[in-house]
Amino acid sequence: MNARRLSVRFVALGYLLLILVGPLSMLFWRIYREGADKAWAAITDPDTIHAFKITLEIAAIAVPLNTIFGIVVGLAIVRLRFPGKGLVNAFVDLPLALSPVVVGLSLFLLYGRTGWFGPWFQSHGYRILFALPAMVLATVFISVPYVAREVIPTLREVGDEQEQAARTLGASAWQTFWRITLPSIRWAVIYGVVVTTARCLGEYGAVAVVSGSIQGQTETATLRVQDYYENLNQAGAYGVALVLGVIAIVVLIAMTLLKPKEGTA
Amino acid sequence: MSISARHISKRFGTFVALDDVSVEVTTGSLTALLGPSGSGKSTLLRIIAGLERPDAGEVILGGEDATQLSPQNRGVGFVFQHYAAFKHMTVRDNVAFALKIRKRPRAEIRARVEELLELVQLQGFGHRYPAQLSGGQRQRMALARALAAEPEVLLLDEPFGALDARVRTELRSWLRRLHEETRTTTVFVTHDQEEAMEVADTVVVMNQGHVEQAASPRDLYDKPTNPFVMSFVGQANRFGESWVRPHDLKITLERNGTTSEVLIDRLVHVGHEVRAELIRDDGERLDLLLTRDEAERLELTAGQIVYVKPTRETTFEQPAV
Repeated sequence: MNARRLSVRFVALGYLLLILVGPLSMLFWRIYREGADKAWAAITDPDTIHAFKITLEIAAIAVPLNTIFGIVVGLAIVRLRFPGKGLVNAFVDLPLALSPVVVGLSLFLLYGRTGWFGPWFQSHGYRILFALPAMVLATVFISVPYVAREVIPTLREVGDEQEQAARTLGASAWQTFWRITLPSIRWAVIYGVVVTTARCLGEYGAVAVVSGSIQGQTETATLRVQDYYENLNQAGAYGVALVLGVIAIVVLIAMTLLKPKEGTA
Repeated sequence: MSISARHISKRFGTFVALDDVSVEVTTGSLTALLGPSGSGKSTLLRIIAGLERPDAGEVILGGEDATQLSPQNRGVGFVFQHYAAFKHMTVRDNVAFALKIRKRPRAEIRARVEELLELVQLQGFGHRYPAQLSGGQRQRMALARALAAEPEVLLLDEPFGALDARVRTELRSWLRRLHEETRTTTVFVTHDQEEAMEVADTVVVMNQGHVEQAASPRDLYDKPTNPFVMSFVGQANRFGESWVRPHDLKITLERNGTTSEVLIDRLVHVGHEVRAELIRDDGERLDLLLTRDEAERLELTAGQIVYVKPTRETTFEQPAV
């Protein structure tokens, strides 16, 4: 019994080391070998800094949008009865099932010169593709499910009796949401926001298709890694990748700190 | 505030929860909605509170049509079976909720909350969270919360259903006393006939989405209008075409013209009373209650043949369903 438990733990830990920790440590090792100064130069390069700025800008738009969307859709799915609810519920998961490249491609087709919306925007002087709007659209699409998926089970578990009680005590629907519903799902929302943020910062495939990867303009941090790598500046690629890796670790720690609180909230 | 529910119907899918139900509750009364599960009693209470919309019929509160009003605007206090405590708030904030919503001055809120906590005997618990309270304490907190805005109607949905027997009896008499003090029109739902008879001054017996009878506890027991009420409120034996309460059967050792012959199947001693489970010669089972003294005087034993005769029986025009 004890031996079996130990071996299960060993396999789980070994798997994690091999799949997750291994590659990340490899990054450190390679930077050390290629020269930390070269990596630092790559990280502090104006185009790299711009790439991080763009990445954060996109996240700053996509995360709040999907947080609000996730809460609204979660409430609709759990609290309301409406036709087509199953379909909405399934559609929320679509970005999880769909490859980001396909998302990027469909946006490309939609807003391209011959797409449904492309010509309209073009004639009104808006640039969608190869610019921030398309990158935001792609990232928003990719990161839709995370807040909703955290909020839905929590809403189910909390039930609606507290909300009903608030209503009988004189609270309006809006007051009930702010004072009762939101506080009782707050840990799920925060957790969802952290995951969504991580997903937005790491997005590559869909953004790669629609952004055009123009250095210093439409290049995100992940695209910057690719850029360095293709141009044989390996130390640069490793350096930027390492920054992304550190962000991931910070996110991971934040998630671990938040998760146990769910039970007591 | 008086409550009048008129011709209320409500279905959930194909299940008929309420079928043309009308109930009158007079101002200041303490009314019980009593019935087995699925009788529609909770649904009726929730419709009065505005938590559920009726398919047909109207709810009149204090003479005014409230059918279309949201629960927010009905001025009704509601207490849930499972407390519905605001888990992320302290006891004090729970109780203060209705007052904060109404934007009362802070000093007034503080004073009122202290007063309410004292009323429900939770002084000193104000800083705790609901998770740190026992079931009985949580329900008292929920009551204080419902009373905070001085509702003219207090509705309680199986308020003591989730509590253990001792706490339940305690809270029962407490609710009775509270009502005597405040005289707030109160309606509570219960499936426990003893609870309804003990606490309420009017009991509405419901069954399968209908009202079977609405009367004082005493009239309900003594003058039931149909077999369902007869057998649901207190115990009753079928005795040929009529019904007899277990204590309205007289036992004798000798036969006479009007007695029925029975076999004593079992004798159960319950405190100072003895319940005799009898089998009549036609196979019908009867329960009979007598005092221990009487049982000892007659030297009753299981397996014995004795004779019974009703001292008081009730007949209904229609036979039991």
